[in-house]
Amino acid sequence: MDFNLTEERMMLRDTLRRFLADKYAHENRRALIAAGKPYDTGIYAGLAELGVLGAMFREDQGGFGGEGFDLMVVFEELGRAGVIEPVLPAVLAGGLIAASGNGRQRGLADEIIAGTHLSALAQGEAGSRYDLNHVETTAAAEGDAIVLNGIKTHVLYGAEAQTLVVSAREAGAAADAAGISLFLVPVNSPGVTVSGHRNMDGIPSATVALDGVRLAETARLGAAGGGLEALEATVARGLAALCAEALGAMEAAKDLTISYLKERKQFGLPIGKFQALQHRMADMLIEVEQARSAVINLAGNLDQPRGLREIHASAAKNLIGRAGALVAEECIQMHGGIGMTDEYALSHFARRLTMIDHLFGDTDYHLERFIALKAG
Amino acid sequence: MDLNYTREEQAFRTEVRQWLKETLPHELREKVRLGKRLAKADVELWHSLLNARGWLAPNWPRAYGGCEWNAVQRHIFEEEACLAHAPRSLPFGLSMLAPVLLAFGSEEQRQRFLPRILNGQDWWCQGYSEPGAGSDLAAVKTRAVRDGGHYVVNGQKTWTTLGQHANWIFCLVRTDPDAKKQEGISFLLIDMNTPGVTVRPIVLIDGEPEVNEVFFDNVRVPAENLVGEENKGWTYAKYLLTHERTNIAGVGFSTALLTTLKHVAARVTSGGRPLAENPHFAARMAQAEIDLMAMATTNLRVVSAAAKGQAPGAESSMLKVKGTVIRQELTSLLRRAMGPDALPFQPDFLDGGSNAEALGPDHAAAAAPSYFNMRKLSIFGGSNEVQRTIITKAILGL
Ligand SMILES: Cc1cc2nc3c(=O)[nH]c(=O)nc-3n(C[C@H](O)[C@H](O)[C@H](O)COP(=O)(O)OP(=O)(O)OC[C@H]3O[C@@H](n4cnc5c(N)ncnc54)[C@H](O)[C@@H]3O)c2cc1C
Repeated sequence: MDFNLTEERMMLRDTLRRFLADKYAHENRRALIAAGKPYDTGIYAGLAELGVLGAMFREDQGGFGGEGFDLMVVFEELGRAGVIEPVLPAVLAGGLIAASGNGRQRGLADEIIAGTHLSALAQGEAGSRYDLNHVETTAAAEGDAIVLNGIKTHVLYGAEAQTLVVSAREAGAAADAAGISLFLVPVNSPGVTVSGHRNMDGIPSATVALDGVRLAETARLGAAGGGLEALEATVARGLAALCAEALGAMEAAKDLTISYLKERKQFGLPIGKFQALQHRMADMLIEVEQARSAVINLAGNLDQPRGLREIHASAAKNLIGRAGALVAEECIQMHGGIGMTDEYALSHFARRLTMIDHLFGDTDYHLERFIALKAG
Repeated sequence: MDLNYTREEQAFRTEVRQWLKETLPHELREKVRLGKRLAKADVELWHSLLNARGWLAPNWPRAYGGCEWNAVQRHIFEEEACLAHAPRSLPFGLSMLAPVLLAFGSEEQRQRFLPRILNGQDWWCQGYSEPGAGSDLAAVKTRAVRDGGHYVVNGQKTWTTLGQHANWIFCLVRTDPDAKKQEGISFLLIDMNTPGVTVRPIVLIDGEPEVNEVFFDNVRVPAENLVGEENKGWTYAKYLLTHERTNIAGVGFSTALLTTLKHVAARVTSGGRPLAENPHFAARMAQAEIDLMAMATTNLRVVSAAAKGQAPGAESSMLKVKGTVIRQELTSLLRRAMGPDALPFQPDFLDGGSNAEALGPDHAAAAAPSYFNMRKLSIFGGSNEVQRTIITKAILGL
């Protein structure tokens, strides 16, 4: 076994870390959000230029990475800096296009890698909670057109995207595994209404209404009715990205707290001298290392057959959810009042960690899924 | 022992419930039910309704307009008010400052300030904490120097809850810089409209400017606004803190939260069935409920053991720690119950100023913000770590 990163990945990590340390101060990010901007397009172009987006795709997809460890390295750094620019949609929507698209559709993947096109995944619905198979949006054949009807919720970066990858049902009942297809929907198609909002963690999101949206057959991504399999495989990659991002956020929150415990004096001592806090920091450190191992497990098993891959996906998301809550809550507590302020970076890491638990299945959801997968 | 409420207590509960039903305005009730943010006018309205009924000051003597309720009556009222989604009464004047004035203030001070708390003329805030004095409260540096009939105050307070609405602040100030830390502190009442007082809001993790920094720049305060004796403020400060802590057990809030949680879990579905039937979620909900059932009794045991009208001592630390842990767990469960609907940040809806529609179901908009906001419970009023130290020393003798 070898737990070292390849030289290429170390280089990627180091340049990305330097770039973000230079360009991504907490104050800038806060000012951007306060100004109502979804994200900084200049930074996003910079990330594309560094090759961050290319690292999310395999060579045969036009990239130069695409493995779990590439996701891990990139997203840990994004998490550490609190980046709100849309790299995740490149993994999700971009990943689906690259993996399932036909020749012409895959042209979009090139633009996504270049950072010139944004595509978002519109998968969730009001009744689906975290189930990928729960799809009530319909795709019905009408002559030689396909007509989409339904409402998609919590579409990350939906209002900024030019194209949506939409899951819709061509056959079967609401929660069936079969019958789900994926479609490429340009947001300016008649019948598409996108209403954007912002999430607790500063990430832009949207609700998308599809009202009689007419598409050509060629808008279908992958095989008719077989969308769930592709969706699940891509969401596993998204989970690896999110778990790594959470790990980065935990590292950053932990580091801030360690510094604070050394600086902050009460009763004439740095509060880090109180054993009541020391032992909890030690426990936190252990949990963060466990989180890192869970991320490594998932990253290293992303290309395994479904059963193994999904067991690791659920294991990682469950553990990351628990560790993330512990880190967020304990770091705030150990900071006292300062930890609760918007102005101080910690509260942003805490919000991001908490909100990551609400993306693609929380701790409880993945605990049950892990049990079911193990039994199956 | 008898765990049943007496016939009088039951009658009292019915009376409170009936009154709430008739008096609490629907709009206010809905705001509280959905976790929306209350405006200054909302709080003032609630105070005035309670005051009209004579129920605004549960622990004050009758002579000053209070109702002298015992521990059980207070518990019943709190529970009913929370379950009816009534706003919380502001504690700063009612249950922090007033007990101090009653115990240590002059009769003039009582006559001057207590009626104004009841009739809503004054909105008090608490000026204890400073940037360098948090858990170590006796480290306060804000200086008050006697100059003829005045004190001249210079310094800074922070974390002043709702100070943006307040016209008065009670402060711990240093009057003798040479004495030992605890011995040179005085308890001073400051009119916030005095020249030299500046208030700057601090936005918290939930997006709300709930707390403030308050700056004092050569603020002249009449000497008659000193409570008790000069340099004896630490005694009064500690007395106030035990009163502050008894309210932090928050059994009523937790009971209302649990009711909301059950309501939500019965309606939200996960994997095709109500979340309430999900064994994992149900187990966590049940454990919180079991803890709360015991907490309600612990609260009554401690509070009724304390002498009438007096706040309990170190035992209040137990109430604070356990009460806050339970309440935080309930807000965490409510947030999780919302699933992805906990994601959006909806300040327009929460402020209630516009007629903004909520994304997602009822209760979703406030779920994450109130989870984050409730992190404060284990930090303020003496952090939970500090409470554990008090328990260790005062009760365990370690
Ligand atoms: C939302 C909110 C509202 C508030 N409202 C008011 C208000 O209206 N008026 C007011 O005066 N104050 C208010 N406070 C201030 C509050 O009382 C302080 O935050 C609290 O006393 C803790 O102080 P601190 O934040 O400086 O943390 P610190 O004292 O710096 O503590 C940081 C951490 O160290 C721990 N710690 C400190 N000392 C010890 C020790 N000896 N042993 C073990 N652990 C220790 C603490 O428990 C905490 O976890 C409010 C605070 C908040 C968050």
